[in-house]
Amino acid sequence: MLKEGQIRIPAGCAISGIMNKKGELTSGQDIIKSIAVMHDRSNGLGGGFAAYGIYPEFKNHYALHLFYDDKKVKQETEFLLNKFFSIEQAEPIPTRNISAIKNVPLIWRYFAKPKVKEMALYESESEYVVDFIMRINSEVEGAYVFSSGKNMGTFKGVGFPEDIGEFFRLDEYKGYSWTAHGRFPTNTPGWWGGAHPFSLLDSTIVHNGEISSYDANRRFLEMYGYKCTLQTDTEAITYIFDLLLRKFGLPLESAVNIVAAPFWSKISRMNSEQQKLFKALRVVYSSLLINGPFSIILGSTNGFMALNDRLKLRSLIAAQKGDNMYIASEESAIREICKNPDKSWAPKGGEPVICLLDGKESLYEFDQVDENEFVRHSVAL
Amino acid sequence: MSVTIDTKDIYFKELNQQIRDVLKTGVEEIILNNVNGQRYIGDGITGTQSIIINGTPGNDMAAYMDGLKLVINGNGQDAIGNTMNDGTIVIHGNAGDTLGYAMRGGEIYVHGSVGYRVGIHMKGYQEKNPVIVVGGKAGDFFAEYMAGGIQIVLGLDLSPEESIVGDYCGTGMHGGVIYLRGTVEDYQLGKEVKVLPVDQEDLELLGRYVHNYAEYFSEDYEAIISKEFIKLIPFNTRPYGNLYAKY
Repeated sequence: MLKEGQIRIPAGCAISGIMNKKGELTSGQDIIKSIAVMHDRSNGLGGGFAAYGIYPEFKNHYALHLFYDDKKVKQETEFLLNKFFSIEQAEPIPTRNISAIKNVPLIWRYFAKPKVKEMALYESESEYVVDFIMRINSEVEGAYVFSSGKNMGTFKGVGFPEDIGEFFRLDEYKGYSWTAHGRFPTNTPGWWGGAHPFSLLDSTIVHNGEISSYDANRRFLEMYGYKCTLQTDTEAITYIFDLLLRKFGLPLESAVNIVAAPFWSKISRMNSEQQKLFKALRVVYSSLLINGPFSIILGSTNGFMALNDRLKLRSLIAAQKGDNMYIASEESAIREICKNPDKSWAPKGGEPVICLLDGKESLYEFDQVDENEFVRHSVAL
Repeated sequence: MSVTIDTKDIYFKELNQQIRDVLKTGVEEIILNNVNGQRYIGDGITGTQSIIINGTPGNDMAAYMDGLKLVINGNGQDAIGNTMNDGTIVIHGNAGDTLGYAMRGGEIYVHGSVGYRVGIHMKGYQEKNPVIVVGGKAGDFFAEYMAGGIQIVLGLDLSPEESIVGDYCGTGMHGGVIYLRGTVEDYQLGKEVKVLPVDQEDLELLGRYVHNYAEYFSEDYEAIISKEFIKLIPFNTRPYGNLYAKY
C-alpha cells in the first residue's frame, strides 16, 4: 500500500478546539459533537483529537502512543523502547468496535521515563526523547509514534472524526483542553499516521490548508535533525514550532511573526525599532515562512493558539463563554456546544488567538532544570 | 401562510429538499428553527417567498439565489450569496468571508461586521445592480476586482483602533461604487481606486439604502446619514482594454 509521501494530498479539513482556563476537566463528548457539525468538511479519510490533562496518574511519564503494522514490528520496537526508556506500564489503547472504522493497526501506549545513562550525550531530556521518536518514525518500517507528551495524548485514525472519537472511547477521558480535526484529502491512500493532530512532545497541530512552502521549510528543518518522513505539510508545521519554541527558545509572538510574517509593505510602515525586529525575523528565518492557506491550532500543556495565514485564506472563528475558550472552522461548531457565547469573533489573518491556562504566561515552558544538579556538574567540569 | 420547520439534527440535503417541497405548495413564508451549520439554504431557488432562519446557517447560503428574501436571526458563516441573482438577505449579526462573491443582483444587509474578501468581483449589467450594506467593518480585500454594483460600509460602533475596511480595498476594481462612512489611508486602497467626496446624487442613493438598513435593524437613520461619507470609484473602467487589441 502506498503511504503518505508516495502520493500527494491536498487537504480541505475542519478544526475545532475547546479549553477551560481554570483547568476544569470535561469528557471528549463536547469536542466530538463540535467537530461532527462540520462533517461535510471531511471525507472519512482522517480524523483525530488531542487531549490534555488525561493521564494525571502518570503525569511525570511520557505517554507514548504507537501504531504498529504487525506483531513483529511491535516486538522490534519494544526492544528499542526498553533499551532507551524505563516502561512503567504498557497496554493496548482501549477501543470500541465501530463498523465505520476498518483496517485498524495495533495501537499501544507506554508510560515511560528516559533511562538516565543513555541520556548522557544529549543536551536535554526533550532532545533525547525527540531523537528517539525521529529514529522510530524514520527507521522502523511499520511503527509510528503518534503521541509523546506528558499527561496528554493524541488519538487519530482513518475515518470521520466523530467515529474516531467513539472508536477511541474519548467520552471516557477527562481533559481541560481538546483539539480536533476532520480531514479531506482528495487522493490519499488513507493511513492512520497521516491523520491529524501531528504531535511532538506536548505540542500538537491540527491544520486546515495546504502549504506551498513545504520543501523550503523541510530543508531548513532537516538541518536541525528533523526528519519529515510523511511529506505532509502539517508534520513540517509541527516541527517548525518545536524548533522555534523549544530549541531556539523564541517567544510565541516571534514564532508567529516568522511563520505568518507581515508583508514588507506593512513592515515599512512600522517604527524603526519594530522594523529592525521584523526585518531580522524575516531575513534570518525566511525559510520558515509558511506560505499558502492555513488555519491551525497549536496545542500545548499550557493552552492553545489558533492562527490563520496572513491573507486569511481559511476560515476561523473564536468565542468565549466564562472560562471556556472555543476555536473552530465554523461558528456552528461552537454554537453546537455553547449556544450563547459571551463573545465570538473572526481573528484577522496572521493575528494569533492565544488561550492560556490561568497563571501561565506562555504556551511553551522549558524542561525543568534542577539548579543543584547544574552546580554539581559545573564544579565537576 | 407560514410553515415552521424544526431543523435540529436534520441533515442539509433533507432540509433543503423540505424547503423546496414546501415552497412548491405556495407557502409565502418558512420559519426554520434551531438551524446550526446546515449548508446551501436557499441555493438556486427562484421565487419571491421569505425564509426566516433562527440560528447559524452553514456555508454557501443563497448561492445563485433568485428572488427569495432570507432573514437570519443570528450570524452568517462563509460564502453567502455567491453569484446571487436577485432577492434580499438580512443578517441580524455578523457574516464571514466572501459574502456576495460575484454577486450580480439583489441586496444584502448585515447588521454587524463582515470578514475577508466581501463583495469581490461583484458585477452589474443594465437593470442588474447588486447592493451590499455592512453596518460595522469589512476585512481585507473588500470589493477586490469589483466590476459593478454598490457596496456601503457604515463603520458603526467601531473602537478607535479598528479600521472601517482592511488592506487591499478595491484592488483591481474596474466598475461600480463603494461608499464608506469614515476614512481610509491611501495604503489600504488598491492602486486602481480613487477617493472622491459624495455629491447630491450619491446622497440620494445612500439615503435609500441606509434607510433600509435603519429600518431592518431598528437603527437611527438620521444619526447614520448625518456623518460624512466618502466614495471610491475606479480610475479606469477598462484597465486592460489595450492589452490584447492595440489601437
